[in-house]
Amino acid sequence: MVYTLCFLLFLIGMYGVTCKKNIVKIILGFLIMEYSINLFLILLGWKEGGIAPVVDHSVSPDVLVTRSVDPLPQAMVLISITIGLGILCLMVAIAIRLYQRYGTFDITEMNKLRH
Amino acid sequence: MIETLIGMFIIFMIIGAIIALETTDLLSSVISVGAIGVAVSICFLLVGAPDIASTQLVVEVLTIIILIKATIRHDLVTIEGDREFFGLTITLVLLFVLFVFGIKAFSGLPQFGSPAISEFPRAASNRYLLSGFEETGSSNIISSIIFDYRGIDILAHIYVLFAGIWGALAIMRVHSRKKKRKDIDGKDQ
Repeated sequence: MVYTLCFLLFLIGMYGVTCKKNIVKIILGFLIMEYSINLFLILLGWKEGGIAPVVDHSVSPDVLVTRSVDPLPQAMVLISITIGLGILCLMVAIAIRLYQRYGTFDITEMNKLRH
Repeated sequence: MIETLIGMFIIFMIIGAIIALETTDLLSSVISVGAIGVAVSICFLLVGAPDIASTQLVVEVLTIIILIKATIRHDLVTIEGDREFFGLTITLVLLFVLFVFGIKAFSGLPQFGSPAISEFPRAASNRYLLSGFEETGSSNIISSIIFDYRGIDILAHIYVLFAGIWGALAIMRVHSRKKKRKDIDGKDQ
């Protein structure tokens, strides 16, 4: 059920990317898709009654193997979140440049390859 | 129990996403996306990923600052209406078809709460958990994966991040390089 809800969130983000006219709304759609994918990957590694993969005084590596959640998706998502910020910077920069050139955020007004 | 809790959070996110995409005020939609990000961070805390949750919170604050900087300085004029009716209908139908096939695909995944690593003892994640502390000396297994076991992979990821920032800087450059060179040449002559 949780996976399906994640996919629904992804589809709402995709709706924003494909159907919206405002370029800021398109960027928000991208962000929503990114959130849903990150959440889905982390949820895939959840183990019932799991603990965070950190060695402690009371948690030895042998205990971790039986009780910890999957650490591999977490390492992947950590970098994915950071890269998402870089891509957001790029998208916002392009949006601001387009605004300066056309005077609007409406993508249906942007119809010239060269201005 | 935790599945219900996370399901409620995701429903909250879905409502926030619909508000963010459908409201006419750009500032409200940016703040709604911020609420979604905080809910994602709480979900990360619930499923045993505290470092991801803290990263998500920091990145969320930066995202909100960048987006508000992008929207507020320019116009908050609302752009009414979606695209033409025919295209919108076709898109919605296609998204629905995707959703139906997605349900079929997600039914084949392992159940929530029993990941693949608990069924396969020789999985790579189990090796990281068992010997990561001895081999790398890091008590946090995630940092031992990022910096030791998959260091070159992460290095390539950092290249992608660097390329994104570099592209943003190149696009936002104020003065063009050509004009400057002309000026310098003119002064020399």
